[in-house]
Formats: sequence, C-alpha cells, structure tokens
Amino acid sequence: MRTFLITAGAAGLAALLVWGLSGLPPFGSYPGPYGEVLNSFAVGERKATDVVSAVNFDYRAFDTMGEEFILFISVAGAALLLRKVEEEEHDSQEESESEDRQPGRAAPPTSDAIRAFGVALVGLTVLFGLYMISHGQTTPGGGFQGGVILATAPLSVYLAAEARTFQRIAPHDLVEWSESIAAAAYVVLGLAAVVGGAEFLRNVTPLGEEEKMGSSGNIFWLNLGVGVEVAGGFVLLLSVFIREALERRLRRESK
Amino acid sequence: MGWLQTGVFLLVAASALGVVRTKDPLAQSVAVSFYGLVLALLFFLHQAPDVALSQIVVGAVALPLMILLALSKIHAQDEERKQAGEEERK
Repeated sequence: MRTFLITAGAAGLAALLVWGLSGLPPFGSYPGPYGEVLNSFAVGERKATDVVSAVNFDYRAFDTMGEEFILFISVAGAALLLRKVEEEEHDSQEESESEDRQPGRAAPPTSDAIRAFGVALVGLTVLFGLYMISHGQTTPGGGFQGGVILATAPLSVYLAAEARTFQRIAPHDLVEWSESIAAAAYVVLGLAAVVGGAEFLRNVTPLGEEEKMGSSGNIFWLNLGVGVEVAGGFVLLLSVFIREALERRLRRESK
Repeated sequence: MGWLQTGVFLLVAASALGVVRTKDPLAQSVAVSFYGLVLALLFFLHQAPDVALSQIVVGAVALPLMILLALSKIHAQDEERKQAGEEERK
C-alpha cells in the first residue's frame, strides 16, 4: 500500500514537473518592461552603474529598510536569548578556581600557521570589506555583503591573536552603539528628504560623478550605514556566542 | 543553458543531496557550506553577481558559522549538565 502511494505520488509529481518545465519561456528571455526601463534610466538618473544597487537603495529603498531591520531584530533577539543570567555568572566565577573542570576547558594553543594566516588575512579583509561597501553603486556588492566581510576581520583576530586584542579592536559598547546608530541613520536619511519636502527616502544628497566612489548620493550613504550596521550586528552575534570562551581566555591571559 | 551551467546545476543537486544525507550535524555544517558555495557559483554563472556575493557571505560563511557556534554552545551546556549530575551523585 505504501509503495503504491509513493509511486503514484512520485509519478504525479514528475508529470507535473515535466508539464511545467515544458511550458517555460526560453532561457534568458525577459518579458517584463520594468527591468528594461531601469537599465536605460538608472545610470543617467542616479549615476549608479550597478543597477541592482540602484533598485535596492534608491527605487526600492523602503524594502531594504525592512531588510535591515529584520537583521537588527534577529541580532537583538539572539543576544536576548543567549544573555547570561546574573546567577549563572556568579556560579562560573566561583568555579573558575578549578579551571580544569570547566566545560570546554583546555583549548589547544593556537598553532603558528593559524596565527600567521590570520594576521595576514586581517588587513586584506578590512580593505576588501571597505571596498565592497564603498563601491556598491558602481560594481556588484554593497553594504550587506561588505558588512559581513568586514565582520570576519575581528573573527580572524579572535582566532589568531590574544583575546585582549579582540576586545580592544571590538569593544562591546562600541559595537553595540555603532550598530544601533547606523541602523537609525537609514531612517534619519529617509526623513531628511521628508523635511526637505520630498517623499520618504528620496535621493537628496549630491549625485556626483558616475563610476566614482561616493557617487549616486543616497545609494552610497545608505550602503555605508548598512555596512556598519551589518558588520556591527555580526560582531555582536559572534561575541554573544563566544563570550564565555572569551572571558575564560581573558582570565587565563591575566594570570 | 551551456554545459558549464548544466554541470554546476547537477553539482548543486548532488551537494544538496549530500547535505540531507549527512547525519552528523558537525559534518553537515561543512556540507551546507560547500552547498552554499556551489549555489553561489550557479548564481554567478546566471549573471547575478550581486546575489552570488550575498549567497557566499550568508550561505557559505554566516550560516555554517552560526550552526558551528550553536553546536559548540549546546556541547558546552551538555558537559555542564553532566558534571552537575555527577556532583549530585557524590
């Protein structure tokens, strides 16, 4: 009975798939007018050579604001879920006397290969992340992608260097504040247009010259804000996860 | 579709099957990272470099990283609980 059901179901699914696939338009064909219109107007109107960024951060900037705040709220939710209860903290400090018995103790010392590779990677990722954020309007990429790349720099520092160095380059308060301020900056920039008498998130900043860094007005500034927000969000998420291990490492180093 | 796109398409299907068939969550996080990378390649070959970049950073890096961190957190909690149980028995 079961075999019959699964065979009939699979056969039905296969038939539907073949029927659907045979009716597909030819590969690469595009019947909608919207894309064609954008392709011919975006460069002239907004000086943005990456039309995808022009759509995301200008023509449909409101949708991207929603996306940014989805990320913001998820990070806040994760931080809330994984927060340390006051009592537990007290316990772990008492237990720290017997270091050997702590869960996840005695991490092997970082190998030289990881250290060298991590240090070499930091400068490269910072530069690449900044490039990705600042050139979102001219080439593929932008704040979201560049922000995640930027966030991997503190992670490689955490893996390669001392825990104290990680805390120095990414102090918790600074990360938290810059994430929140960058997220708010998106709305503020949108409201600036309203104050000037235009609609919310209208491109009001000077457009500049196409194919140059800082061109396309709002698209550049919004990418910058989103980049900082995403980088901050990811570092915050990481530090929430690794907080206990970080504290353990800090205690060991201070001995 | 060219032969390259077809090949990568089949690779996506194969690695997706690999992710589903992997039983151990730790190995699965590596498998899903590879799947994300291949999927990004597919996006790139279909002229969507923006989406491919997002796919690399989210699908191949951020998602497996979050899975790994969550696994290590669960592992640490399990050990803590085990220790507490042993202490109670003493």
